[in-house]
Amino acid sequence: MPARVVVLGGGVGGTLAANLISKTLGRDAKVTVVDPTGMHVYQPGFLYVALGQANGRWLARDERTLLRKDVELVVEPALRIHADAGTLQLERGGSLDWDYLVVATGARLVPEQVPGLVEGAQEFYSLEGAQRLREELRRFRGGRILVGIGGIPYKCPPAPVEFVLMLEQELRRRGIRDRSEVTLLSPLNRAFTIESASKLIQPIMDRRGIGLSTFFNVESIDANAGVVTSLEGEKADYDLLIVVPPHRGQHVIEDSDLGDPSGWLPTDRATLQVGKHERIFGIGDATNLPISKSGSTAHFEAPVVASRIASLVRGTAPRENYGGKVMCFLETGDRRATVLRFDYEHPPTPPQPSRAWHVAKWMFNRLYWETVPQGRIPERRPIERTEP
Amino acid sequence: MTTTSDITRSIDARGMPCPGPLMALIGAIREGSVGDTIEVISSDEGSKTDIPAWVSKAGHRLAEVDQQDGFARFVIEKAR
Repeated sequence: MPARVVVLGGGVGGTLAANLISKTLGRDAKVTVVDPTGMHVYQPGFLYVALGQANGRWLARDERTLLRKDVELVVEPALRIHADAGTLQLERGGSLDWDYLVVATGARLVPEQVPGLVEGAQEFYSLEGAQRLREELRRFRGGRILVGIGGIPYKCPPAPVEFVLMLEQELRRRGIRDRSEVTLLSPLNRAFTIESASKLIQPIMDRRGIGLSTFFNVESIDANAGVVTSLEGEKADYDLLIVVPPHRGQHVIEDSDLGDPSGWLPTDRATLQVGKHERIFGIGDATNLPISKSGSTAHFEAPVVASRIASLVRGTAPRENYGGKVMCFLETGDRRATVLRFDYEHPPTPPQPSRAWHVAKWMFNRLYWETVPQGRIPERRPIERTEP
Repeated sequence: MTTTSDITRSIDARGMPCPGPLMALIGAIREGSVGDTIEVISSDEGSKTDIPAWVSKAGHRLAEVDQQDGFARFVIEKAR
C-alpha cells in the first residue's frame, strides 16, 4: 500500500514538495495537495502591480496546471489537523487520512490588529491591496508618503525597502518628486533587517533623498487626522500611508493547537519536523523559524522535506537537513537590483546594485511558472563568502 | 536580581541571529500589559546594543543585563 502524503497548502513550498515527493517515490506514495482556493499566486509580483509596472493577470495560475498528473488536488479549506490520529478534517465534512503531513499554509494578514490600518493605510501584501494602492498612487499629485511595518515578523523583508526605492524612481518619472517626500518607517535601528544589506541600502536611500525613521513600529493610525503613532510613542503626519499589515499563522494551525501564540508552527531548524510529531513537517511562512518568510525559503526547504519523507517511506534514515538557505533579489530602482544569498551561518554580502541583477530578477519572474514549482532549478551549492 | 517568579514572559532567543531577539522582544511588548516583566536570553552580539537602544527609545525600563558565558540575559519592564 502506498504511503499517504498530504500537503496542506498550494503555494511555492507545498507545490514543489508535492511534485518532488511524487517524482521521488512514484507508486510508493499517494500525494494529495489540499488548498482552499486552488489558485497559485506569485506574491513577489504584488510590488510591481502596486507601482503600475505589471498587471495582476500573470500572478495567478490554476494550481492543477503546476502539479504532476499523479498528484491529486483537493480544493477545499482544511479545518483541523488531528496529529495523533493522522487525519485532516475538511470544511465540507470529509477528512483525509495521512501517514505524512506537510504543512505549507503560509501566513495570514491581520490588518485589524492595528487600529485604523484598514481605514487609514494602503498595503501591497495582497493582490487586491496592490491594485488599490496602484489607483491611489495614480491620483497622487505630491505630498508626504510614509511606508511602515505593522507587525513583526512579516513576509519578504526586502519588499518595503524595494518599494520606497522604486517609488522614488516612479515619482521622478512622473515629474512630482520635488513635491513629494518619501520616508521609510523602520521597526529597527537601520533600514533593513540584515545589517550587511542595510549598509549597502542606506547610502542609496540617502543619495536619493529618501527619509528613514528608525525604531518606528506602527501601533495605531488616525485616518481622519492623517497621523500614524508608533509603539515607541512617536507620531508622524502623512498624506499617503502604506503599512505592511501584521501577520499570523493560519486558522487551521491555531485551531489544531499546533502553533505558538502567534500561530506559527514550532519547527526544527534542520529537519523541519514540527514539534514532536515525527510525521509532520513545516515549510515556508507557516513555521516559526527565525529566517525570512519568503518564497525563496520555502523553495529551499521543500527538497529537504521531500527527501526526508522519501527516506522515511523507504525505511532508511533521513539525512538531508535545511541549512537556512535563502536567496532573493532586491530591486533598488532605476532598473538596478542586488541579490541576497545567505544561510544560518553566513550573512549575505550583497554586490553593488547592477542592471544584470535587475534583468535576472525579471527573468526569474517570467520563468517562475515553468521552473520553481516543478523543481527545475536545482540549487544545492552551499553559500560561499564573496566580497561585496 | 529579578527572580523567576517575577518574570511574566521569557524568550530564549539563543541561536537566533540578529535582529531576531530584538524582534521577539518588540512582539512581546506589543502583546503584553503595562507592568509586565519580560526576560530575553540572547547569544547574538548585536543584542547588547540593539536591545538597550530600543528599550530606551520606547520608554520602557531595562531592569537587568546579566552577561554569562556565551549569552546575555536582559530583563525589561513594560512601562507604558
